[in-house]
Amino acid sequence: MAAHDAHGHSEVGAHTQEAHIVPKRVYFLVFIALIILTWVTALVSRIDMGPWNIFVALFIAIIKASLVVFFFMHVWYGTRLTKMIVASGLFWLILLLFITMADLWTRNWMGVPGR
Amino acid sequence: MITAPPPVEVEKNYINAEHGLKSWLLTQDHKLIALLYLISVTAFFFIGGLFAVFIRLQLATPTGAMFDSNTYNKVFTMHGIIMVFFFLIPSIPATLGNFLIPLMVGAKDLAFPRINLLSWYIYIAGGLFTLWVLFNGGVDTGWTFYTPFSSSYSNGYVIAAGLGIFINGFSSILTGLNFIVTIHRMRAPGLTWFRLPLFVWAHYATSVIMILGTPVIAVTLFLLVLERGLHIGFFDPAYGGDPVLFQHLFWFYSHPAVYIMILPSMGVVSEVISTFCSKKPFGYTFIAFSSVAIAVFGFLVWGHHLFVSSQSVYAGMVFSVLSYIVAIPSAIKVFNWTATMYKGSVRLTTPMLYSLGFIGLFTIGGLTGLFLACLGMDVHLTDTYFVIAHFHYVMVGGAIMGYLAGVHFWWPKMFGRMYPEGWSKLSAVIIFVGFNLTFFPQFILGYMGMPRRYAAYPAEFQVLNVLSSAGASILGLGYLIPFVYLIWSLKYGKPAGPNPWGATGLEWQTASPPPTENFEITPVVTTEAYEYSTEEVVHVG
Ligand SMILES: [Cu+2]
Repeated sequence: MAAHDAHGHSEVGAHTQEAHIVPKRVYFLVFIALIILTWVTALVSRIDMGPWNIFVALFIAIIKASLVVFFFMHVWYGTRLTKMIVASGLFWLILLLFITMADLWTRNWMGVPGR
Repeated sequence: MITAPPPVEVEKNYINAEHGLKSWLLTQDHKLIALLYLISVTAFFFIGGLFAVFIRLQLATPTGAMFDSNTYNKVFTMHGIIMVFFFLIPSIPATLGNFLIPLMVGAKDLAFPRINLLSWYIYIAGGLFTLWVLFNGGVDTGWTFYTPFSSSYSNGYVIAAGLGIFINGFSSILTGLNFIVTIHRMRAPGLTWFRLPLFVWAHYATSVIMILGTPVIAVTLFLLVLERGLHIGFFDPAYGGDPVLFQHLFWFYSHPAVYIMILPSMGVVSEVISTFCSKKPFGYTFIAFSSVAIAVFGFLVWGHHLFVSSQSVYAGMVFSVLSYIVAIPSAIKVFNWTATMYKGSVRLTTPMLYSLGFIGLFTIGGLTGLFLACLGMDVHLTDTYFVIAHFHYVMVGGAIMGYLAGVHFWWPKMFGRMYPEGWSKLSAVIIFVGFNLTFFPQFILGYMGMPRRYAAYPAEFQVLNVLSSAGASILGLGYLIPFVYLIWSLKYGKPAGPNPWGATGLEWQTASPPPTENFEITPVVTTEAYEYSTEEVVHVG
């Protein structure tokens, strides 16, 4: 039972600590990508695409946020548990937005103002 | 009855390991941080309770003897903010959860001890903000901060109060984070998920809500601050916002927050009932999974607070059905506790009395919640005293009863001393009687149409209001008695020994009070939880 030695449990996941050392190159590449995408956002804002404006802007924003979450916050190299926690956070955000919007979409179905 | 302190040989434990204020304020020991929280939430409980006293004094007469309407608005607002955010939310998780989760999983501490201490400082910072508001004239929006009143019209310190709760939210998130990582990564060898005590399952579910829900209330209040301070339009139609959006965002957190308050109590009750029936809880996996189900489904019902707020009727229908569904996992627990007691040899100790009180009162609170989940009924009952009675049955009758059950159950473990059994049983009975006398009349008042948050009421409601105020004074007395004898017991109580109740959990295998490192040897678990017939823990060198 030497594996169940008394000292093995005081530190969390000793084996994840030795984890990934991300090469500096990756950080620089992500940084450059973020700068370029910011520049693209600014550029795109000068083109009027009508109702698509918001979608294009959000699409670029999602790519940027994903880069930050995956590489700067190391989720790409994280454990399955870490990825699951991030995914459930995202899922909860979708729940919040979707159900709240469902109220808005069905508000005028009764033909009574405010219902 | 003052007797000389009984002679106990002073062993090294977490309390006497180090001395001085600094050793407390800079500690990373989860047990001392739990005590810091215990002291602070108790202080906030009595401040919030003082405002409850003011409310009941005001409502003893139809015209209101104490305050004008403006002041009364501030009084019930402070009562709500302090009780919800600074007492109920942290009450069990930050005190008992902090103290017990490492012990129950056989670990030396939580996963992130420094973050644990940080969470207490954040809590205190948020609390100081709120107290600053209190001493500078208060806030009058109600604890719900509904817009556009809060964002555009209120004269109170909305921004400071909102920031206080915003800051406090991070303490909750950090506590939840710490629990989840600890439960995932630091269980003793052999302690599989389905050998975990139900208290730990309940806290796991609570932590999930804390992590997924709290950011939403923090951001919502921050948006409110932005709208009020900088006139950026989110909620006020005058700036192009939608006031119902605020209610959606607010209740997305604040309905699940009720489960942050009640789930830990349910965890306590599961432990207490199993111990004092000396039986395995009936349907362990059902109780465990119902906690998780409550945490998940609790997020899908928030719209039942918006039935009359110009939410679409179709959304209302869906929320109504979902609200009924969330009653199922709660009912599973109540039935399982009852089945555990069936044919058990029940020992009516103080924690058991509180737990029995919890089951009865929570059942009433839960079932009256179904009245409110019903679309048609709710139109009549919205913003009446029926709602007040309902959620006080859940939060005071449920959450606080569970908190007191837990404090009495683990007090001997925390401090190594027993409290006087006669006094503690007496106070449990006083609290039960006082509670019912305070809040049952409010169901009737609400049904008769008395609205909440008014400083005055028609004269025909006076009898029931006087009953309620009388009950509140009994309830207040009931809360003061434990405060006195628990402090008394620290010095004069009988030594408890490691396992005064004959319980099975890992926390009872170590000394009372436990040593700083919790266990001298990391325990190895070889059987299920609650194995009352056999000896379950083997120590290996
Ligand atoms: Cu609710």
